[in-house]
Amino acid sequence: MSEHAISVTVNGSTRRGRVEARRTLADFLREDCALTGTHLGCEHGVCGACTVLLDGEAARSCLMFAVQADGRDVVTVEGLSPDDGTLSPVQEAFRAEHGLQCGFCTPGFIVTVTALLAENPEPSDAEIREGISGNLCRCTGYQGIINAVRRASGRAVS
Amino acid sequence: MKPAPFEYHAPSTVADTLGLLAEHADECKVLAGGQSLVPMLALRLTRFEHLIDLNRVDELFGLSRANGTLTIGAMTRQRAVERDPMVAAATPLLARAVPFIGHTQIRNRGTIGGSIAHADPASELPAVVLALGGELEVASAGGTRRVPAEGFFEGMWTTCMRDDELLVAVHVPVWEGRCGFAFAEVARRSGDFALAGVAAAVELGNDGSVQRVALGLLGMGSTAVRATAAEDALIGRAPAAPELDEVAQLSVADLDPPDDIHATSAYRLRVGAHLVRQALGIALEEAGTGQERET
Repeated sequence: MSEHAISVTVNGSTRRGRVEARRTLADFLREDCALTGTHLGCEHGVCGACTVLLDGEAARSCLMFAVQADGRDVVTVEGLSPDDGTLSPVQEAFRAEHGLQCGFCTPGFIVTVTALLAENPEPSDAEIREGISGNLCRCTGYQGIINAVRRASGRAVS
Repeated sequence: MKPAPFEYHAPSTVADTLGLLAEHADECKVLAGGQSLVPMLALRLTRFEHLIDLNRVDELFGLSRANGTLTIGAMTRQRAVERDPMVAAATPLLARAVPFIGHTQIRNRGTIGGSIAHADPASELPAVVLALGGELEVASAGGTRRVPAEGFFEGMWTTCMRDDELLVAVHVPVWEGRCGFAFAEVARRSGDFALAGVAAAVELGNDGSVQRVALGLLGMGSTAVRATAAEDALIGRAPAAPELDEVAQLSVADLDPPDDIHATSAYRLRVGAHLVRQALGIALEEAGTGQERET
């Protein structure tokens, strides 16, 4: 068993910690940084609830060890909304289009969709479905989520 | 924390990595993208005393093309390959197969070498390198060797690499001439492991007959497999639709795919034959209508 001193940029702030090698990035964020917006569903890379941005790209924080994020840039769902407490455009679109019900999967969807739209600002419906295929939702039936992505990309929602 | 405790190593060079592998051999595992290994650790399906993280070994990342071969560093992310125009031009089959791997979040971390070394029989990349006639460059403290893909995969999650060896690069030949390629698979949901799939490549001669053909099947056995009997039946011919139906049947004739909760063996055979027929049709049409590939 090994322990490691790490320094990770999380939502723009430097977070230092001492972690056991087996501590996942998700656990580091939730338990050491008290950023509980990153949710843990399956903890083996299937559900997508723990998605964060790692150096700008969506990644599953349950499939990385915190020690691997040493020196890297991580953005969680808490880092996506402005400091004044208002919602990001993607969050606003999820609210407007009923893109959530219980909300458990929502942080992962918000982060995933934020990365999707950063790379492809005007996705087709097929690209939206493909883009969110790595996130599971058990409440909405996905239609509200797809409408939310359409709205966030500036398209009219049917 | 779900995985069992382990000692973590983060070397920055291949030489240091090979030294660690030599030292810890059967008690260690290399950590590439982690998209298969970390779930197995979290579920405690496996555990290792030492993990050697390759994510800081810069020399294992990157792509280059020279002398008719595309060389991919083992740690090159699947997403980087998916986005690279050089890959799309040099090896269209690889470019078309990569988007079938998992999801965007998985491919952002998952690596080309990691997927091949993991050797899951239902995964895409082993079938692609097998079909294209790729070679795997494997290193240890004792030296480097290049293994043809057909000799690399030995069974489910098993390759010919020794405990002290590291997959450092994947060499994929560029097929030149009148070529066509297709990748097809069936999975229950987008991003799931395929129930069955095929990577197909054909090259036509000047007379329009098949000069070279490769069919790499996935999900149809304990490793990715070449459908050699079907390939042989196509060589020298310009097959019409009824013959392609026969070839598709022939491609799965000797196989005994797994029977599990996702699909029966018989269903995999039907799906596999159907996918071969579909992929051959697409690849032959592309080769027939396409321009001579730029070399």
